[in-house]
Amino acid sequence: MKKVSPYCWLALLLAACFTLATLFVPRATNWNGNSGSENAFQMLLGNGRKLFANECFVMADVYFHSGFYPSIFDQQEVDRDVADPANGGVDDADPNEDYRGKPKDWIDRLGRNFAPNRHTHLSQGGASGNMKSSSVEEILPWLKLAADMNPQMIETYTVGAYWLNTDMHQPQKAVDFLRTGWKNNPDSYEILFALGQVYYEDYHDNNRARNVWELAAKKWRQLDAGEKTKTENKLIFERITTHLAKLEEGAGNWQKAINWYRAAQTVSETPEAVQQQIDEVEKKMAGQPAATNNPAH
Amino acid sequence: MKTIFAIAGVVIMELYRRKDFYVLFVLTAFITLAAGSVHFFHESNIVRYVKDLCLLLIWISAWIITIATTARQIPMERESRTIFPLLAKPVTRGQIILGKFFGCWFASGIALVVFYLFFIVVTGSREHYWPVLQYVQAILLQWLMLGLLTAMTLLGSIIFAAPSSTVTIVFISAFSIWFLGPHLNVIALRNPEPLRDIIYTAYFIIPHLELFDLRERLVGDWSVVPWSACGLAALYAAAYTGLFLLLAWLGFRRQNLST
Repeated sequence: MKKVSPYCWLALLLAACFTLATLFVPRATNWNGNSGSENAFQMLLGNGRKLFANECFVMADVYFHSGFYPSIFDQQEVDRDVADPANGGVDDADPNEDYRGKPKDWIDRLGRNFAPNRHTHLSQGGASGNMKSSSVEEILPWLKLAADMNPQMIETYTVGAYWLNTDMHQPQKAVDFLRTGWKNNPDSYEILFALGQVYYEDYHDNNRARNVWELAAKKWRQLDAGEKTKTENKLIFERITTHLAKLEEGAGNWQKAINWYRAAQTVSETPEAVQQQIDEVEKKMAGQPAATNNPAH
Repeated sequence: MKTIFAIAGVVIMELYRRKDFYVLFVLTAFITLAAGSVHFFHESNIVRYVKDLCLLLIWISAWIITIATTARQIPMERESRTIFPLLAKPVTRGQIILGKFFGCWFASGIALVVFYLFFIVVTGSREHYWPVLQYVQAILLQWLMLGLLTAMTLLGSIIFAAPSSTVTIVFISAFSIWFLGPHLNVIALRNPEPLRDIIYTAYFIIPHLELFDLRERLVGDWSVVPWSACGLAALYAAAYTGLFLLLAWLGFRRQNLST
């Protein structure tokens, strides 16, 4: 029998591997109910990937602070500054704020020279104060990873979309990211509210903004009574309704605006301030005719 | 000194011959470039995660090269019995220790420079920003730390029988020191006496490797570290390196090489 060269065997095996791969790979994507649309993390980690999503979100916050961040040993209650502006808070980095306190010994004092040692935010120029090299876009890989790891982590979408829209001036990318989040979380009023904000503030598309905000309010009203009393949920409903009220006020739909303000008043911690806004709209209504007479939602 | 550097030269040549460095470099380059090729939200300027990953791989690779190269130096000389003609030159045991130390330290330094050149080219081409002084500080401090690690491993290779056990023990010890060391003072303060004093004593005894870690500052675009602090860190590293080398020499001086 003639001896076959090992290279021939190698070529033959490679050809066999390639043929089998073309045969089985398309079928393998449908095994175990996995569809081609599922990402690599789902295939590799299953539901366990959700455990890592929170860590990825924390990493986004770490990058937002250019590494100046408490470790697990510091037992510091961490306020995630990266999410504050998206939740209606203020983006302010106090340079005097230091979670480490005073140096405990000479090694600690020396060591602080070699680690990030000042509270800064990327949105305000970062550690170098150089906006070009310290853009907020650096947090995006972690937010994308967090969304891939746990598609039900709503804050990832709202925070990512906020920075895409405000700091990077990319409203279309913000809308796309929010729509991905909405697809994964069809009942999320937070995502709908954020989507409406982009439509209203960047595209000036009042109709679309109204539609998604009204849907957001509807989704919020479907919450359990217990959920509705939670502070964070009350806050988001107040934001949805006041934004709707402002939209209607701008469109001259006075009665609708008043009704939305009244809805906001039911959950607001400062109902007097909301009442003042209602009074102002009532004054305007008395002075001008209404644009439409449609009943408010 | 001539004898010491002759021994060191042989160790450096060993780095070229062995595959460890090449494998680790290719792996680092491959993972970094693969990570860098991913585009998030179609943004091409995002670079910090690439820097973070590349620096982590450089740290791991540098540790592996340093510990693995150093751990086998003296046991191999003993095993192949080349230690006897070496000592008959005459070369003192102290010169062998110093020669091996400088050889391993310079070898790890050469590897470190190659790794950092790759890092600087990859990240600089992406962000078009070249903080040269920060890079110089990061390389120098990491090299000082590798000197300390070399001396520590050399001591380990005198104490432990096989290079494999030296590598494992030194790697675990160094990782624990690097990970827990900076926080031991915080942990100590949360514990009652006498545990508090024990932990705080351990905190002051261990060599603090975090003093030489500028990764977070490089990733976060922080400014240059004061040179006075770098000088103090260099003194700190020199003190611990000297201590470990002295202990290694004391151990090696009395060691029976024929068994």
